[in-house]
Amino acid sequence: MPQSADKVLDHAPLFQQPEYKEMLENKKIKFECGHPDDMVAEIGDWTKSWEYREKNLNREALTVNPAKACQPLGAVFAAAGYEKTMSFVHGSQGCVAYYRSHLSRHFKEPASCVSSSMTEDAAVFGGLVNMVDGLANTKALYDPKMIAVSTTCMAEVIGDDLNSFIIQAKEKGSVEEDFDVPFAHTPAFVGSHVDGYDNMTKGILKNFWDKVEEPVQNETINIIPGFDGFAVANNREIKRLLDEMGVEYTFLSDVSDVYDTPSDGEFRMYDGGTSLEDVKDAVNAKATVSMQEYCTPKTLEYAASKGQETASLHYPMGVQATDEFLMKMSELSGKEIPESLRLERGRLVDAIADSQAHLHGKTYAIYGDPDFVYAMARFVMELGGEPIHCLATNGGKDWEAQMNELLASSPFGANAQVWAKKDLWHMRSLLATEPVDMLIGNSYGKYLERDTGTPLIRLMFPIFDRHHHHRFPTWGYQGALTVLVKLLDTVFEKLDDDTIVPGETDYSFDLTR
Amino acid sequence: MSELRQIAFYGKGGIGKSTTSQNTLAALVELQQKILIVGCDPKADSTRLILNSKAQDTVLHMAAEMGSVEDLELEDVLKVGYQDIKCVESGGPEPGVGCAGRGVITATNFLEENGAYDDVDYVSYDVLGDVVCGGFAMPIRENKAQEIYIVMSGEMMALYAANNISKGILKYANSGGVRLGGLICNERQTDKELELAEAMAEKLGSKLIHFVPRDNIVQHAELRRQTVLQYAPDSKQADEYRQLAKKIHANSGKGVIPTPVTMDELEEMLMEFGIMQSEEEREAMIAAADAEAAAS
Repeated sequence: MPQSADKVLDHAPLFQQPEYKEMLENKKIKFECGHPDDMVAEIGDWTKSWEYREKNLNREALTVNPAKACQPLGAVFAAAGYEKTMSFVHGSQGCVAYYRSHLSRHFKEPASCVSSSMTEDAAVFGGLVNMVDGLANTKALYDPKMIAVSTTCMAEVIGDDLNSFIIQAKEKGSVEEDFDVPFAHTPAFVGSHVDGYDNMTKGILKNFWDKVEEPVQNETINIIPGFDGFAVANNREIKRLLDEMGVEYTFLSDVSDVYDTPSDGEFRMYDGGTSLEDVKDAVNAKATVSMQEYCTPKTLEYAASKGQETASLHYPMGVQATDEFLMKMSELSGKEIPESLRLERGRLVDAIADSQAHLHGKTYAIYGDPDFVYAMARFVMELGGEPIHCLATNGGKDWEAQMNELLASSPFGANAQVWAKKDLWHMRSLLATEPVDMLIGNSYGKYLERDTGTPLIRLMFPIFDRHHHHRFPTWGYQGALTVLVKLLDTVFEKLDDDTIVPGETDYSFDLTR
Repeated sequence: MSELRQIAFYGKGGIGKSTTSQNTLAALVELQQKILIVGCDPKADSTRLILNSKAQDTVLHMAAEMGSVEDLELEDVLKVGYQDIKCVESGGPEPGVGCAGRGVITATNFLEENGAYDDVDYVSYDVLGDVVCGGFAMPIRENKAQEIYIVMSGEMMALYAANNISKGILKYANSGGVRLGGLICNERQTDKELELAEAMAEKLGSKLIHFVPRDNIVQHAELRRQTVLQYAPDSKQADEYRQLAKKIHANSGKGVIPTPVTMDELEEMLMEFGIMQSEEEREAMIAAADAEAAAS
């Protein structure tokens, strides 16, 4: 036996032992009845041809590996950013397990969220009873200060009306009349997690702001970060920048402490988050600024209806994007951008210039959420790189137009193509037919890396197979430096790999790059 | 512009909901009201008398064709008909598949988000048959229709439906602003129809808004895909619809929380009016029929 108690092998080396190799080979011959290897190789090659690419791009009835998640995931993420808030998803249980595991696997932290556990009888009679019992149980078991309700497909298809259900549940005594139960309808089959984020953020603000008759405007500025896998570090970075400037602000949905709790012997089901008092006061802010336009269209419209000035950015990553953020904050607050930040900018630009020889003309494929892809393509062009494929499964016509405008603004965008609503199987064809130097995306990109040999850089949610990257910011000048280093590391590792064979390619296996 | 008023017409299938609503809304235009009709029936026949055409392209049909609702523009589905009345049909799946209720939710959300409700005084929903699932209750959710009008006539199933719809309204009335605006009786020329309609309205704690007499001119107009208001504006029937329109217009904020009755109570009332027999009468009729059959 290859396995012994003295030296336990993990499955990967174990399956390389002769006994297992033989068994797997026999299984293939006797039971799998597959096509011959050369045919498999032939078809595999054909899927990387232009002919296949054209068929693939004309695909209508099927989506393969969409680069997006569903609305309730965004809603759960948004709600997590408030003080002692429990997300309550009205619908079936399995969906909620998905949001929790997705968030946990990325942040390497527990993600709390409950379900109203609708089953077949609830699908027939409506989920009112589940709402009534569920809210009462959530309050009793987890003692939250607020319960944020969103929905899964099941509740949406049968048309459960959250507003009326929550009122009835309160009448039946599930939770006190004045207990905060904001809600958002988040049908998973419409839009994506960025829309869910928007709907839930608006729902939470409405819960507090609609009770205020006449807002009294003050000097604070509301910041809505949007759905972001690097939120832990990025929110802290934004706060640092604003503190440095002396801007008064309120973060609306801040998960930085929620998804980054310390190990000090105490389990925190809830930690950090925007306090409910602050959310209430936020109606009086002079402005609300969204860090990600596509995460907040309805929310900003609502904020504007309360007399606030609104502005939205596209993921403040890179030099110009950070400039824009700081200048916008300066304009709204009347505060100067301090010398310290000017120096930070200078250091970033210096670093970029130092590495220019290795970055110039590098080509990239980028996929992810609409705002991220925008910012990434823009930063890549600042570095003298060429975005070739820009893909967002949850990007629409508006995004496509914005991307084209951005790409037209720089000579480095001349060869770029924008792929709205396409998926990662499309991306596979694109990478096979028009190869690039680097692929920027999330963990799901590792299959594209394997199939096409394009090195993957993980900068987008979710990142399951690398740890703790999200604990370092990608926003602001400091964040841009982190991103710059990731790109350069990839460039250099590739260069080392390409020159590592002694006596053959090692004439350039240099110590200094 | 006055505040947006939203109303909905419900009633048993085939009762003349669409005909009544379109004629009434065509009359409402004469009161200088700008109107949007939202047809919430997969048959998509709620707007054809206004558009003088066959069923229009529906929201869901167009969305399916284009790939998704997000690809849809308002102009693709919003048509303008008689006297500038705006018309939209939600549409829905073929019989036997899919979920028509979800269709109503999807279409209504689409319209709201894309500004279809801007610049109109009235939004009128025309909803299929009964409140059969959560989706068909969409128009009676909070911030949708303020008053529901139930179209009925003096026959048993129409009264059942009216009572059921009232149950649906009651569910939402306690947690929101929806009210029962009243009953509209579409005459079928059954016995004591007016009295029955009034009695039903009273049982529901509401009122009979209008009794629309039967007139063949409605069918003549319908054959031409027109409302009576368009086909024969000077007819007596057109005036009936004008009266109904005026009453609905004046009925703003006067709706009530309905008091639906139990099945027993409803059947008792039907027996009083001789529409339904009591158990004894039924037994007697069976006996008489048997005797007749035996004699022949």
